Amino acid sequence: MSEDKAISAIDTDALLRAILHDVLGLDPAQVARFGPDTGLFGSLPELDSMAVAGLLTEMEDRLGIVIDDDEVDGELLETYGNLLAFAQAKRT
Amino acid sequence: MRTLIWPCPAADGSDREFALTAGPQDAQPVLIVPALFEEANRTRRLMAQTMRALAAQGIASVMPDLPGCNESLAPLECQDVASWRAAMAAAALHFGASRGLSLRGGAILAPPGLPGWWLEPLGGAAALRHLVRARIVAAKEAGQPEKSDDLLAQGRRSGLELAGYRLSAAMVRDLEGSHLPGPGPGVAILALADLGGSALWLRSEPGEDADMAEALAATIARGII
Repeated sequence: MSEDKAISAIDTDALLRAILHDVLGLDPAQVARFGPDTGLFGSLPELDSMAVAGLLTEMEDRLGIVIDDDEVDGELLETYGNLLAFAQAKRT
Repeated sequence: MRTLIWPCPAADGSDREFALTAGPQDAQPVLIVPALFEEANRTRRLMAQTMRALAAQGIASVMPDLPGCNESLAPLECQDVASWRAAMAAAALHFGASRGLSLRGGAILAPPGLPGWWLEPLGGAAALRHLVRARIVAAKEAGQPEKSDDLLAQGRRSGLELAGYRLSAAMVRDLEGSHLPGPGPGVAILALADLGGSALWLRSEPGEDADMAEALAATIARGII
């Protein structure tokens, strides 16, 4: 991984955590503890369909990506690791 | 803080609408144009706290209901962006507003020529996309997937229910075509970073942020006094 890509990966992780904090109103310490296997949709009561819509829109705005509705499925939102991998792939 | 009824010349609905007001009754108020749909509920407490903070500094403010929302007697399905714009322009005139504070999607309804602030403004198309997305996610979860193109085509033709809001065909078309205009003279855009705090309008659960309300009121007070 080049230095630029490494920085971008860290950046995406931090931005994604900030978005989750803003959209879900979770405690920053709780969001900081999210690992690759932390469950999202179905595990976090705050993440209903309206919050998912807000999350996707904020990801588009702050990460500079475009998310097609067809790309949004249960698997994408199942864990933090899945969502982060998706966001990082979109940004490269 | 008081609620009052004012004569709103709304199309296809009640000619009387409700507004929330605070501060001295003999002063020209700041007109607060609410955010749209669900975001209005999420930010109502923030706005009420801002209005109280303004009142504590001797500044009057008034926040009218958008016709068809909150306590309004007018049916939402009779409204479109034009009727909402007309209502906000009429409110500015009726209350003699000196400034305006528009939240999020409320920026597309801000009375032209009224100086003031837009807080994290959002175009109508983006607001509509957000609602459509929420419906698609919910439909997918329920095992009956829908496509946004189909929903929007249906909405343009015969209206659409999104997140519990029954939008008229005219409203769907208007929102789709309402991109965020450039702010007019005397209108400053406020970003979340300018105020600190968090994006309460995005929250799935209603929240509050007293510090943010104070910061917002202080910004407005600096612009007025």
